[in-house]
Amino acid sequence: MASQTSTPLEYSTKQNEMNILGFWIFLGAEIVLFSTLFATYFVLEQSYAGGPTQSDLFILKDVLIETFLLLTSSFTMGLAIHQMRGNNKNAMLFWTVATLLLGLGFLYYEINEFNHYIHEGLTLQTSAFGSAFLTLLGTHGVHVALGIGWVIALIIQVVRRGITAVTARKFFIVSLYWHFLDVVWIFIFTFVYLKGLM
Amino acid sequence: MKLDEFFVTGDPLILGSQIAIGLTMVGLVVLITYLKKWKWLWNEWFTTVDHKKIGIMYIIAGVLMFFRGGVDGLMMKAQTSRPNMEFLDAQHYDEVFTTHGVVMILFMAMPLLIGIINVVMPLQIGARDVAFPKLNALSFWTFFVGAMLFNISFVIGGSPDAGWTSYFPLAGSEFSPDVGNNYYAIALQIAGVGTLASGINFIVTILKMRAPGMKLMKMPMFSWTTLVTSVLIVAAFPIFTVALALMTLDRIFGAHFFTVAGGGDPMLWLNLFWLWGHPEVYIVVLPAFGMFSEVIATFSRKNLFGYTAMVVSIVAIAFLSMLVWVHHFYTMGNSAAVNSVFSITTMMIAIPTGVKIFNWLFTMRKGRIKFTNAMLWALAFIPNFTIGGVTGVMLAMAAADYQYHNTLFLVAHFHYTLIPGVVFAVFAGLYYWWPKMFGFKLNEKIGKWHFWLFVIGFNLTFMPMFFVGLDGMSRRMYTYSESTGWGPLLGISAVGSLVLAAGFAALVYNIYWSFRYASRDIGGDPWDARTLEWATASPVQEYNFAITPQVTDHDEFWLMKKQGRNTIKKEDVKDIHMPSNSAIPIILSVAMGIVGFFLVFEWVTLAAIFSVLIIGGLIANSFDYDDGYHIPAKKVWETEQKWRGDL
Ligand code: HEM
Ligand SMILES: [Cu+2]
Repeated sequence: MASQTSTPLEYSTKQNEMNILGFWIFLGAEIVLFSTLFATYFVLEQSYAGGPTQSDLFILKDVLIETFLLLTSSFTMGLAIHQMRGNNKNAMLFWTVATLLLGLGFLYYEINEFNHYIHEGLTLQTSAFGSAFLTLLGTHGVHVALGIGWVIALIIQVVRRGITAVTARKFFIVSLYWHFLDVVWIFIFTFVYLKGLM
Repeated sequence: MKLDEFFVTGDPLILGSQIAIGLTMVGLVVLITYLKKWKWLWNEWFTTVDHKKIGIMYIIAGVLMFFRGGVDGLMMKAQTSRPNMEFLDAQHYDEVFTTHGVVMILFMAMPLLIGIINVVMPLQIGARDVAFPKLNALSFWTFFVGAMLFNISFVIGGSPDAGWTSYFPLAGSEFSPDVGNNYYAIALQIAGVGTLASGINFIVTILKMRAPGMKLMKMPMFSWTTLVTSVLIVAAFPIFTVALALMTLDRIFGAHFFTVAGGGDPMLWLNLFWLWGHPEVYIVVLPAFGMFSEVIATFSRKNLFGYTAMVVSIVAIAFLSMLVWVHHFYTMGNSAAVNSVFSITTMMIAIPTGVKIFNWLFTMRKGRIKFTNAMLWALAFIPNFTIGGVTGVMLAMAAADYQYHNTLFLVAHFHYTLIPGVVFAVFAGLYYWWPKMFGFKLNEKIGKWHFWLFVIGFNLTFMPMFFVGLDGMSRRMYTYSESTGWGPLLGISAVGSLVLAAGFAALVYNIYWSFRYASRDIGGDPWDARTLEWATASPVQEYNFAITPQVTDHDEFWLMKKQGRNTIKKEDVKDIHMPSNSAIPIILSVAMGIVGFFLVFEWVTLAAIFSVLIIGGLIANSFDYDDGYHIPAKKVWETEQKWRGDL
């Protein structure tokens, strides 16, 4: 069995190796996708068309809470993978559920944030800045929401089947995805929020 | 929305096609039902995950789309054949050149190339299939659904009419309020998903599934070009994904990315479009280069000259192709410095391209050339494509481009690159690999008709365009007056397009004739070829290789034949693992098509409701633990005995 060798379970079969490599390449495509959205934002970030601007809108405290939630969730996801490698199903599930809750918390705050913007008079239709900002943020948010659904589906599979080469691979891939969203968020935090408040 | 707005009405041409399409559909359904073929279609084709069958479906769809795009082309040529023609009105002409461009690049060139890649590449590297067979099926079905969604636009709702480039502000909802441009944004989005998935799939296949011993630098050239093209797909398609999504948001949800009113910037669309669009032209041309490399080596009976230089130039072309996009809008307000930089990068592309041309010529030098049809296409490619490249360098000079830009000179340029580059390659590839796919060759004699009609027709059609373009005729003009003096040249061009069409008809006839009468007794290797795909039966057994070949050097199959290693032993044959068919790809794609259709008509609630189908499909896929099945060694051995004969 693979667990006796040094190769982690998720890399134990050729198909698994290929799936993981494929997912890395997919993340490459995702980087291009988000880069394009960032570039769009940078082009349009000053086009307010008379609508609200960054400093009218951003509330650093809320953004910091979101950042904290998402970064922590990345950490708990790491712990879940660690437990998976140690073949501790229950601990793994525990940390996964923690990740899930933190992710949901993030989404909750993000939805509030959107409400706040609408309240302040910024929608997709207000200005080019509004379109670009909300689309960038929204795309990230939709990714997180999809990630949550995906994690739930995998929790069910792990509960049913235990930690096998296949479930381990799937879990490892979702963890890559989750960390990736974290990285994207750090860029949003720095180049959208902090820059906008400066 | 009233019914007469929903269906395009009024124009007799369209009415005629609506009736024709309706009748064909009904006819097909009746025919299939009558022949009791539904189950067979479903089990053998619609749910298949076999790369060879998926490739064949891509090719069939690509040829059909070629026909559709070709009819568009003929209509344009008829309209401009004489001054003041009144065959198409301005609106109709706009729709026709828009769908022509989109169909030809995205639904003809792409699927034909991806189709041939699908059939050939895994065999060439000695693999069982691609890395992700089910994803491969999803790629095909999203492409197919996207293409169909795009095609119904001309009977339901109206076609897009802002050009295949769909520049804003024209393509925005202010100036194009009809649903036509929604079709553009959404159908291409759906098809794009599949292309990206193909790119990822091919990269992993090539990196991880090469037969033992096949180092990257021993890989056949066609597989190399596939790898590089796939990398370009992964790097460029997400940009288009975003551009189309932003277009959708602007058009349907009132956002302001590209609309000046809310502070948006139309030039942003141009930049995003060409950041994808220029790499895209190399995405289609690189695999074509790969096919020519295989065909030229095989029929010159020599190995490819300058293999390493070939690989380096492919990579260089791919790299440079991402640094030239501004050459599509030199005239749109860049500074002289920006234009100069992009002029230089653009001209630099000609260098690696030239290297490749000379490598092909040197491959042929002192070779014992066999003038098969596949080889003829490769031979015709070289001079014709060179005209395209040289005129490209002319366009690359920013100052001069102020004269050429958006004239028929430009149109002639890219047709001289895309037709010899891609279409000739697809023909070469089809003649060459046809026996691998279907177990018989296309007829060489009818093929000569196809070749000469097409090549002569092509030059007659497009050569005059250089001259009317230099004389100032803008592209996309639907009419012109007698006094321009363009009549005679455009008349010749129109006649040329008929010759071109006759060439295409000859191909269709050739397929029909060969299907009925060609010899089925051709063995695995009818061309005495060099690479591993020819070490299989024709048509290829469903499991590809009974035993994974051991690779020692370039042109492994050639060596196997020379060294008498082209045989297998019974005790080496093992059970072969196969993936099961799956209905998820087709169902998921159809669900995307339905949601897309509602979005086109801006029925957002319905689209949201039906998105549940897509989510459901994804969940079903996540819970699908089907692990395939095995073909027993005994059965493999029997199959091998049958086609090898001498075991
Ligand atoms: C030596 C190589 C090439 C050079 C230097 C070159 C240069 C150019 C330039 C400067 C333009 C823009 C002209 C204008 O809009 O005024 C252009 C347009 C175009 N080229 Fe090329 N090109 C080259 C090869 C190719 C190849 C290999 C393809 C396709 C396989 C291609 C396809 C196109 C297309 C489709 C357009 C125009 C699209 C449009 O505006 O609708 N070119 N080329
Ligand atoms: Cu270009």
